[in-house]
Amino acid sequence: MGMSAAAQFHVLAVDDSLIDRMLIERLLKTSSFHVTTVDSAIKALQYLGMVEDKLKSYETPEIHQDAEVNVNLIITDYCMPEMTGHDLLRKIKESNSLKDIPVVIMSSENVPSRINRCLEDGAEEFFLKPVQQSDVNKLKPHLLKSRSKEEEETQPSNNNKRKTRIKCTI
Amino acid sequence: MDVVTQMQRQLIQYTSSLFQEFNQLQQLQDESNPEFVVEVVTLFFEDAERLLNELSKSLQVEQESIDFRKVDAQVHQLKGSSSSIGAQRVQRVCIAFRNFCEQQNVEGCLKSLQEIKQEYSLVKTKLETLFKMEKQLFAARGSISR
Repeated sequence: MGMSAAAQFHVLAVDDSLIDRMLIERLLKTSSFHVTTVDSAIKALQYLGMVEDKLKSYETPEIHQDAEVNVNLIITDYCMPEMTGHDLLRKIKESNSLKDIPVVIMSSENVPSRINRCLEDGAEEFFLKPVQQSDVNKLKPHLLKSRSKEEEETQPSNNNKRKTRIKCTI
Repeated sequence: MDVVTQMQRQLIQYTSSLFQEFNQLQQLQDESNPEFVVEVVTLFFEDAERLLNELSKSLQVEQESIDFRKVDAQVHQLKGSSSSIGAQRVQRVCIAFRNFCEQQNVEGCLKSLQEIKQEYSLVKTKLETLFKMEKQLFAARGSISR
């Protein structure tokens, strides 16, 4: 089984607003993405396999064989209770297994310092809400870039050591 | 066929008059998913009405015990969802409302709440009319054998 060029990209969308989750899911599906939505940053980390240890820091996931979860891009709202999209971004970039997943931040508020901080901390893009189809169309290049980088790094032995395979614990 | 054409024309005219509200939703309108816009907007109505009720309650208490942070959080939610579906006038009043919260200006908050209720009522009527017209058009199309 070779690497299918037509394999769907899997996007994880994080937003505490149900309406916004529905809207972003619709826009992403229109672009032929496979979509999973969660309503909080903590649930997103859990979905990505990160578990909270006793010290309340998030550890990298255990690797299981069944129910693999492969997320190609994370798109998250900025303003969320408990953990913001920016915190989520930082946790992802601090994780060895997840840091190469592109992260996009969305916000209804146009605060330049906020936008700059997110971009500096590793976000690929920052979308102002309401997110448009034209914004979502900007995502494919980031995904194609990540995928071709992955393909370069992965050896033909197909052990896929670099690929993130994570058990879905939810 | 004539009736259908007429209804189509009326629908187009009405839709253009709703340019502000409908423009945002239009990009989501999809033949493969005709129910989607109705679903999202219905959700918005439920959500908005819930928030408006909660806001009324939050502001009905004694002035000294008004929790402005809670009120602000609720308005922020309403601002977000109204912006997402394109209800720009509701969104604009929400922005003013949040300024009053910041200033802890009770009168301003109460006034904003009244305004939001009015704007919301307007947008709800318009969207409900739109959906009704669409439904009637689909029904008319369906009942005409081709």
